[in-house]
Amino acid sequence: MSDVSSAQAVHLQHNDNAHVKKIWKTFWILLFITLAELGIGLTIYTIHKGADPNHTLVLMFKGLVCILTLAKAFYIVSIFMHLGDEVRNLIMTIIVPLLLFVWFIAAFLWDGNAWKNLKNTDAGSRPNIEKVKHENPPALEQGKKD
Amino acid sequence: MATAAVEQPTTKLWSGGKSPFNVSYGKLMMWYFLMSDAFTFGAFLISYGTIRFSQNVWADPNHVFNAFPFTGHANLPLAFVSLMTFILILSSVTMVLAVHDGHHMNKKGVEKWLVFTILGGLAFLGCQAWEWTHLITGDHEVLVNGAIQHWGTTVSHNPWGPEVEYNGHEIASPGPIAFGGYFFGITGFHGFHVFSGVIINAVMLVKTRLGHFQERGHYEMVEKAGLYWHFVDLVWVFVFLCFYLI
Repeated sequence: MSDVSSAQAVHLQHNDNAHVKKIWKTFWILLFITLAELGIGLTIYTIHKGADPNHTLVLMFKGLVCILTLAKAFYIVSIFMHLGDEVRNLIMTIIVPLLLFVWFIAAFLWDGNAWKNLKNTDAGSRPNIEKVKHENPPALEQGKKD
Repeated sequence: MATAAVEQPTTKLWSGGKSPFNVSYGKLMMWYFLMSDAFTFGAFLISYGTIRFSQNVWADPNHVFNAFPFTGHANLPLAFVSLMTFILILSSVTMVLAVHDGHHMNKKGVEKWLVFTILGGLAFLGCQAWEWTHLITGDHEVLVNGAIQHWGTTVSHNPWGPEVEYNGHEIASPGPIAFGGYFFGITGFHGFHVFSGVIINAVMLVKTRLGHFQERGHYEMVEKAGLYWHFVDLVWVFVFLCFYLI
């Protein structure tokens, strides 16, 4: 353990200024991405204000914001949390379980959308029992009155 | 012969004798805790997404979050939440610098950067308190069952529904009730993390001042607190995306 930490200390002293520079560089990158996201958010706002909003364009911008957010997450985890400097085993033990999110997001959003379709249409609704009763042949009802 | 073979140092990574992850137990467990916490936040956000996808209408964030302190009713979409994001990113930077000075056993530096980090956390919490107060006590005309009512945004009232025609002018109708619950639930859970992060950082500051880490010979505990603090920033990045941007 002591070998590791002293080796680390030597290594850090060597790259001291470089490391602090890297931190501030990451800060500027994060700030720039946040400003870009803000710009896209305001663009979406402007498109929405228009008389005939282009929904495909809005969806594209929202997708772009999602990608920028993932970039920010990468910088925070890799540089600020130093995961990028850890051994590969540790990186994998954290990242691989999080891949489950890919499935979660796809499955649950799909489900939400299916739910909306069910509410808005009669897709998947059960046969209307009352309607079936109503369509009984009138002759039968005339002959047998309970 | 046999005992000599046993005493041979093993060279395989997983056969014992050294940490395959090359980190201490505490740091590894902090990583695993943060991973499980990521699943908790992920579950909340995905649940929010599912409900939002199932609704025909939803509140427009540019419309809901357009206020800024001391500007009255000026329409400033996204401005305040951008400031909050900036504060949190900046406090994340000061935390990395505290951890960095910890590596160099620079007690004064750790103290200085921890103070800045705590101030950043408190500023963020103050902003969130203002935002919540503004939303809850806000007064918006809503057409409910043919009559006008005045609603704030709460877990049971959503005045941000689609506009309808009433006596010749446009007026909002009630929106999906889930909006307030998800917004206050998720930002509240995140705010609670920020709050506990501030407490943890305050404890780190006190322990640094008392010279505990100097005696111990390393500042690894500040590093672990730092991991937690960056995670809080990381979650905010996604909350910002899900509630304010899309």
